[in-house]
Amino acid sequence: MSVMGAPDGRGRFGEFGGRFVPEALVPACLELEAAFTEAWADPAFVGEFHETLRLFGGRPTPVTPLPRLSERLDLRVYAKREDLAHTGSHKINNVVGQTLLTRRMGKGRVIAETGAGQHGVATATAAARLGLDCTVFMGEVDTRRQELNVFRMELLGARVVPVTSGSRTLKDAVNEALREWVTCVADTHYCIGSVMGPHPFPWMVREFQRVIGEEARAQLEDLGVGVPDVVVACVGGGSNAAGVFAGFAETRARLVGVEAAGGSAIGHGAPGVLHGMRSMLLQDEFGQIEEAQSISAGLDYPGIGPEHAHLAAIGRAQYVGISDDEVLAGLTLLSETEGIIPALETAHAVAWIANAAGRELAPGTTVLLNLSGRGDKDVAQVRALMRGDG
Amino acid sequence: MTTLDERLVGVRDGGRRALVPYLMAGARPDWTRLLQAAVAGGADVLEVGLPFSDPMMDGPVIQEAALAALAAGTTLDSVCAELGALDLGVPLVAMTYCNVVYHYGLERAAGRLRDAGVLGVILPDLALEELGEWAAVCDAGDLATVLMVAPSTPPARVARLTARSRGFVYAAARMAVTGTAEGLGDGAAVLERVRATSTMPAYVGIGIASPAQARAAAERADGVIVGSALVRRVLDGASPEEVESFVRDLRREIDAT
Ligand SMILES: Cc1ncc(COP(=O)(O)O)c(C=O)c1O
Repeated sequence: MSVMGAPDGRGRFGEFGGRFVPEALVPACLELEAAFTEAWADPAFVGEFHETLRLFGGRPTPVTPLPRLSERLDLRVYAKREDLAHTGSHKINNVVGQTLLTRRMGKGRVIAETGAGQHGVATATAAARLGLDCTVFMGEVDTRRQELNVFRMELLGARVVPVTSGSRTLKDAVNEALREWVTCVADTHYCIGSVMGPHPFPWMVREFQRVIGEEARAQLEDLGVGVPDVVVACVGGGSNAAGVFAGFAETRARLVGVEAAGGSAIGHGAPGVLHGMRSMLLQDEFGQIEEAQSISAGLDYPGIGPEHAHLAAIGRAQYVGISDDEVLAGLTLLSETEGIIPALETAHAVAWIANAAGRELAPGTTVLLNLSGRGDKDVAQVRALMRGDG
Repeated sequence: MTTLDERLVGVRDGGRRALVPYLMAGARPDWTRLLQAAVAGGADVLEVGLPFSDPMMDGPVIQEAALAALAAGTTLDSVCAELGALDLGVPLVAMTYCNVVYHYGLERAAGRLRDAGVLGVILPDLALEELGEWAAVCDAGDLATVLMVAPSTPPARVARLTARSRGFVYAAARMAVTGTAEGLGDGAAVLERVRATSTMPAYVGIGIASPAQARAAAERADGVIVGSALVRRVLDGASPEEVESFVRDLRREIDAT
């Protein structure tokens, strides 16, 4: 079996994944699995997906050599520029796929969860393009932290529902979206934001994100680099990482996922069941889910996609943690050396590369950084942090 | 046949529609007193919630109760210790989520619950396809796993669910998480589908909040589950007497069918 192939019939990647949802949602998951399987084998659907990403989403995104950073770190670093995709991150790939599928299933509405608002904005964007009704669940705490993104979603015609249950952040926004989905599965698709949730979501979202890795693989060939020694991506739920890893899983490239140290599901978690999946989760000794703590809202998730838990278990990918302090250094490093302000999420991956240079990464090592998103959304927060009042 | 199956068939054979109040363990320090009040009011079975941080199948009321219980330090062990010291005289069914029992260890959790007098378990996020390991543990330990049939469940799947359910079949009255609603929703249609495949007792729940709704449900079902409406009262500070009196109101309407 290929390393990042389809999951088994129960939606398992090794011992992780599956479908842990109330009976009311099982038929919808089965319907979605059938619809996605069929659509993904249909050249017309796949063609429309890629065409939409090209004409609307800004693909292909380039691979950019990073000469000054490379010189500084004594490495050869290249960046896959998801920051240049429409809405400023890789999130657009997934939502274009899921909204096209929504229409194909004859549903007229999508719901989504969002943390910082990136996935919410992307979903609202793709929904507007197809004329789908869109409701986004966002933790009340996050609606205050990310007011501008709330307004963006509203500009795009979406309705934003502040979630007041539990910790009022991303994990609760997912719970609330699942609860809402129970009431409206017949005409509504749940456009989940990462490679998480019940089968088929982790698989489907990875397939929609696979375009990152496939493009990058070919682009590195064209640049004469070939297969890089290391592929590095930040990991919240794990969708940008899964997308880029998918292009290199069958190569000899080392795969590194960088989690926020305070949201390190692989590093500090244990196996468990949350949000419809069995995966690695931050939890206490009684199996109660703990909240992640991170400077970046997009990595503030106590779990990780089940395929990553599997890739870690079989040793194909390695997962590391980066602390909030290191993140700011990573963000300024890339900004100053290359003229690219990365998202705080992406800055985790930059920081790991900087730390590992000269240690785990021997001089001259070729590294592909998945530059998952641009930092515009974070500039105000970064300024506050640097002034010491964040 | 598990002990719960025998007991619930016994209730039905006795000509009684079962009344199943739901209460969250640990939501208040006097929660076991509230269980006793519910029994005094006429409960035939008690559904006891074990709190989980992320209750996907629960609406705001039971979420609030779960958070209160967790804040008070409620755990599977603490609940079992308190339940084990009680003699309520009616079957207990625990409702919680997969991660609570997975984390405790399936066999250990099943054994601990059964030793505390719990006869059945509802794990709403444990789909039929994932049931195998837990069901085997439960069957070996005389613990009934109650499965839910939803309005969205296709007929062919209903038969598989009822065949695998133990104790009773939980007929969800609507496409919703727990909460309060009006009327019987899709309850009658779901019951009909359950009846077409099984002679097991079928209980209706989800959104049944008032004595009148309970009566409408009892006209068709073998039992009625009332959760959020009762838990709301508990969270609002209802005394054990008030809890008993609400349960008695439900009982009276159910018995009037
Ligand atoms: C730019 C960026 N990178 C990464 C992530 C984390 O998500 P994932 O791990 O699914 O790629 C987010 C989430 O909001 C994001 O906005």
